[in-house]
Amino acid sequence: MDILIILQAGVASGTVLLFATVGGIFNERSGIMNLGLEGMMLFGAMSAFSVTVSTGNPWLGVLVAMLAAGLLSQIHAFITIQLQADQVVSGLALTFLGTGISLVLGEGLSKAGVVSLLPAFSVPLLSHIPIIGRIFFTNQSILVYVGYLIVPLSWYYINRTRPGLHLRAVGEYPAAADALGINVYRLRYFYVFVGGLFAGLSGATISLAISPGWFSELTTAGQGWIAIGLIIFSQWNPVRAAFGAYVFGALRRLILDIQGPALIFGLANPFYYNPYYGFFLQMLPYAFTIIVLVLGSKEAVKKRLGAPAALGTPYIRGQRGL
Amino acid sequence: MNGEVDFTSPFLKKFFIKRGAMDPKNQGLENELVIKMRHIEKRFPGVLANDNVDFNLIKGEIHALLGENGAGKSTLMNILAGLYKADKGSIFVEGKRVSFNSPKDAIAAGIGMVHQHFMLVPSQTVTENILLGLNEPRFIMNLSDYDKKIVELGEKFGLPVDPKAKIWQLSVGEQQRVEILKMLYRGANVLILDEPTAVLAPVEIDILFNTLRNMVSLGKSVIFISHKLHEVQSIADRLTVLRKGKITAEGVEAAGKSRADLAKLMVGRDVIFNFEKEAHNPGKTILEVKDLHCFNDKGLKALNGVSLEVCSGEIVGLAGVAGNGQRELADALTGLRKCEQGSVVIHGDETTNKSAKTSIKKGVSHIPEDRTHVGTAPNLSVTDNVIMKSYNNKPISNGWVLNTVEAEKNARELKEAYEIVVPSIDTPVRLLSGGNLQRVILAREISAAPSLMIAMQPTRGLDVGAIEGVQRLILAQKKTGAGILLISEELEELIALSDRIYVMYEGEIMGQVTNGDIDAIGLMMTGTRMEEIQEAGVTHE
Repeated sequence: MDILIILQAGVASGTVLLFATVGGIFNERSGIMNLGLEGMMLFGAMSAFSVTVSTGNPWLGVLVAMLAAGLLSQIHAFITIQLQADQVVSGLALTFLGTGISLVLGEGLSKAGVVSLLPAFSVPLLSHIPIIGRIFFTNQSILVYVGYLIVPLSWYYINRTRPGLHLRAVGEYPAAADALGINVYRLRYFYVFVGGLFAGLSGATISLAISPGWFSELTTAGQGWIAIGLIIFSQWNPVRAAFGAYVFGALRRLILDIQGPALIFGLANPFYYNPYYGFFLQMLPYAFTIIVLVLGSKEAVKKRLGAPAALGTPYIRGQRGL
Repeated sequence: MNGEVDFTSPFLKKFFIKRGAMDPKNQGLENELVIKMRHIEKRFPGVLANDNVDFNLIKGEIHALLGENGAGKSTLMNILAGLYKADKGSIFVEGKRVSFNSPKDAIAAGIGMVHQHFMLVPSQTVTENILLGLNEPRFIMNLSDYDKKIVELGEKFGLPVDPKAKIWQLSVGEQQRVEILKMLYRGANVLILDEPTAVLAPVEIDILFNTLRNMVSLGKSVIFISHKLHEVQSIADRLTVLRKGKITAEGVEAAGKSRADLAKLMVGRDVIFNFEKEAHNPGKTILEVKDLHCFNDKGLKALNGVSLEVCSGEIVGLAGVAGNGQRELADALTGLRKCEQGSVVIHGDETTNKSAKTSIKKGVSHIPEDRTHVGTAPNLSVTDNVIMKSYNNKPISNGWVLNTVEAEKNARELKEAYEIVVPSIDTPVRLLSGGNLQRVILAREISAAPSLMIAMQPTRGLDVGAIEGVQRLILAQKKTGAGILLISEELEELIALSDRIYVMYEGEIMGQVTNGDIDAIGLMMTGTRMEEIQEAGVTHE
């Protein structure tokens, strides 16, 4: 068990969470909560893998995955923005829908065999930095490097640009934005779509780069839910989201690897001798998600964390308050 | 003339001839008009909010739009600001016909509205809020230049702001300045202010009025929506009055209109500002509170040994700055809050820490401060809300089955008797205006024939006509021999209605006055005891 390998693999598998979380941040910053993340990711993963199997072009796979999940997200957008239905219910339904479609369309994909994957490479100079170079810049998939760029870019976009200002205004106080001629509905549709694109990218990252292949619902294995926990944990900030995503990625990896060696630091490894302990470890990230979700759904906590004030409330022009 | 404007009056004739409006060939007034609204009609489900309304705004004036709550003032102005679309009628800006599909169109035409509920994003800075929705800067928000511009604009119009401050850090007055700046920055020539003083402290109101005068002198025009008569008198050049969606006075000079004239135009009848007080002739003691202690919702001491008494046939005022334990006292007296120490005796029986039902049975009625959540159940109908105290008694219920026919009959009677304006008794009360909601509560509480009434802020937020109605009902209760504890922050109201006034400060009674001595009340409200005031008075002599 090599700590550096665990961290290196952690960054790679954290990239999946990173894309989903950043997409969710855009989504929620506009005031729409999307619990359909898991369904959209699975749909993305299936589309990416399926397209790559039939065309042999993983890039086309990524593109189709993003568009497919983006389209799926528009169902949620229509229900919550246009019909002003409950966002939690619609989001949950979207997860079921996305999962269902993916399982049906993905039938038989698991036997597709070897497909061409996205390239992985080391960055020439950076990979020579001790430790950091090894963890972040050695033999990583190209999507991992994309992840490094996405984080500062999204932070800058949200906090320092005019469209970012509009995005925040729409999520904080849509009535104020509306009074100044910002089209609240259009922006919300757009950012739900952006959330879908990222979820699709996240799914493609799994099936074409991090753990290639199609394993039905185990492809995503509930990582969409962990991402939803991370959105709250990150306080809707992409930089904190990256930190959370990589830590969780590393934890996932550690939990897998810790069951391997018989000895840890010269002591008998309980996880090696008793596989049930391993199950307990595997449960922890999900338990964390539940705790974060429960805490984060409390109004007072939400306020303290700085949740977008209008999150979860449909905007109806002319109605008092939000 | 029953509130209509007399266009044949020599005074008005002189005014309109001077402005040239009487002669259609003379375009003098027409040219001066920044805004002309003609035959505006707007219907909402069940209400005709604006019925054939005309409105004229002259360049460089402060024009007050007066009317009771629900008279259609805000609707008319929301139409002008592009938020609503009129069903009928036309709008002209500087002579040109316009049609607004969104607030953006109105802003582009130079019309900006400052809403009663500020349209500001609390987590963003002043500059960010002002720039929101504009096409500048193109993409990257480099704000230092804009910060400077906004400070300069603020200086020009007398609206000092810190451009880097977040909205939530600002006082209400400062937030209002940001709202005005937001419109000025967009080049607004016409500024609509929807009840701008409702949220301001007296000092802030003076500052706002100075700013408005300054803006008008710089060529802007202001529409000032209000239902507060003295403010309109002190700030407006001309005024337009709406009543139930119709114009009752259009563009009359504000000077020379008395408060009573304006109130009549708004309400449609004479409004009494000073009541004839019945002689103070208290009967036997109904409520006796001794050394009461209790905590507030945060677990802090709210009442610290309060003792007072209320006799039958008197109105006892309780003055004090908000948050000095008045709410907790009202809760404790009506069985809604546990007391730590002390006693509440009603009609000679101890009711300390007994349930609200006990106090209802003792003939206590309660007009709570929070009308929408404590006073009523917002989603229930008028019928259900008015039987909330009598639901257990015949004929409304028969043990455990509600007699809906009787309940509805009861509701209809109360609706008539208390002049509750509502489309139907099945309407959920959340749709009612503040005045009508208060009437629903009063109908329920008074029809129970109380011997003791605890009324907290019964007239807060209501308009002139409604205030008068509520005050009349309270005075009528006194005549029937009930004892009334009137808790209010409006000193004028307390002095007008009460026979005695207790003053509360930090959970203690500072003393009482019987002669309406406003100076003594003021001193006690800031923590001076009556004994100290009397001693000081003695030593000075």
